[in-house]
Amino acid sequence: MTMFTAPAPLPVEPPSGCPFGPPAAFAALRTTQPISKISLPDGSWAWLVTRYADIRTVLGDTRFSSDTTVHGYPLSGMTGGPSTRNRGFIRTDPPEHTRLRRMVTREFMVKRVEALRPEIQRITEELCDAMERAEGRAEGGVDLVQALALPVPSLVISLLLGVPYDDHDLFQGLTGTLLSRTVPDDEREAARAELRDYLDRLVTAKEADPGDDILGRLIVEQQRTGELTHDQVAAFAALLLIAGHETTANMIGLSALTLMRDPATAEKLRQEPALIRGAVEELLRFHSIIRNGPRRVATADVEVDGHLIRAGEGVVVAVPSGNRDESVFADADRLDVCRPNAQHHVAFGYGIHQCLGQALARVELQVVLGTLLRRFPAMRPAVPVEEIPFRTDMSIYGCHALPVTW
Amino acid sequence: MKITLDADKCCAAGQCVLIAPEVFDQRDEDGVVVLLDAAPPAAQHDAVREAAAICPAAVIEVHA
Ligand code: SF4
Repeated sequence: MTMFTAPAPLPVEPPSGCPFGPPAAFAALRTTQPISKISLPDGSWAWLVTRYADIRTVLGDTRFSSDTTVHGYPLSGMTGGPSTRNRGFIRTDPPEHTRLRRMVTREFMVKRVEALRPEIQRITEELCDAMERAEGRAEGGVDLVQALALPVPSLVISLLLGVPYDDHDLFQGLTGTLLSRTVPDDEREAARAELRDYLDRLVTAKEADPGDDILGRLIVEQQRTGELTHDQVAAFAALLLIAGHETTANMIGLSALTLMRDPATAEKLRQEPALIRGAVEELLRFHSIIRNGPRRVATADVEVDGHLIRAGEGVVVAVPSGNRDESVFADADRLDVCRPNAQHHVAFGYGIHQCLGQALARVELQVVLGTLLRRFPAMRPAVPVEEIPFRTDMSIYGCHALPVTW
Repeated sequence: MKITLDADKCCAAGQCVLIAPEVFDQRDEDGVVVLLDAAPPAAQHDAVREAAAICPAAVIEVHA
């Protein structure tokens, strides 16, 4: 007889002593109960899928909907409720998803992003110059998150969208609030409203004077032809800005810390810079910073690995668990920058919603990590690792701050 | 080896282009996959199989 246990919330705590580990509960779930139940903040429950193969099955099957307005969608408390306004295309299904996503896919295609590489390199070198001049390196250390990890992706996405970089403090504050697990709901709602107001004004300004950037092109090519409304352009801006800020920034911080703590790997990458591409894939797999999903709701009864998920039931997919699945990645808890199949990771998701900005994220990570290794070979954490504040309170994992010295 | 594509399903994530740039490209207007070589030489086969395995939208089909 199996004992009834009430579903617990989504595991977030890393295993004791290792801040890089995925939440400790996943390893056991994968072997004993690969499809289990978790409780949600609103008191309901959802399925939690922890095995790599099942994750790909769920994310690759469009009978699992991304639409937060569908009854049963497993809201996280951070998804912003099932509002129909300004959901952004990631919360829609085909054919609407396809229509909206295709309006911006070319902006993020591989060759467009490769053409940005020199500009990303230039931005990175300038920020490294500033770091070299920074005071306080000997005292508490320089915070790598504020000095480099956040500004690079933030500058790049602001540039692409056509958002004045002077406003970046505002975004970083607001996105931080939006993605926090711990701020009260009313504060998060206020941040959401403030961001909406700002983007509303920005889009209005661009309607008068579009400019050669993503928002300008959306206005000229889609809004003026009636394909998009003003609000939908603003929703695009919100989605791309938020996605562009937090994800890459946290990957940069965690990856830099990992390499500082693994001098042999760092030296190998310094000797053979061509290895950086594979290393970035492995770091994406290893860190799996999306700690809160993706999420779906079944629109039909679907069997996943012999397990029936009924229409209307929610599913939470555990990316960090799938990426540590031993049946796909041998010795999965070990970082191996030469791992042959690292790029099979699901860190960018899988299926039609797979990260639109992945080519950009890859180039940013390759450039920033390569430049850090080259310019700051002696860089090390300025505080013991136990004192680094890890983001177990956020839906995107990383470090809140990373004091370094060299 | 013969390759076919179901480009309607493509989500333009570009993984195929990264893995097998001699076989796949992306259309300038919308980033949707373009097949450069439907019957690539043996030297490309591993990369093509890898691209097919990774493609998030199961767009690429490889026939013996
Ligand atoms: S990997 Fe698949 S979805 Fe991505 S661009 Fe290539 S064919 Fe399209």
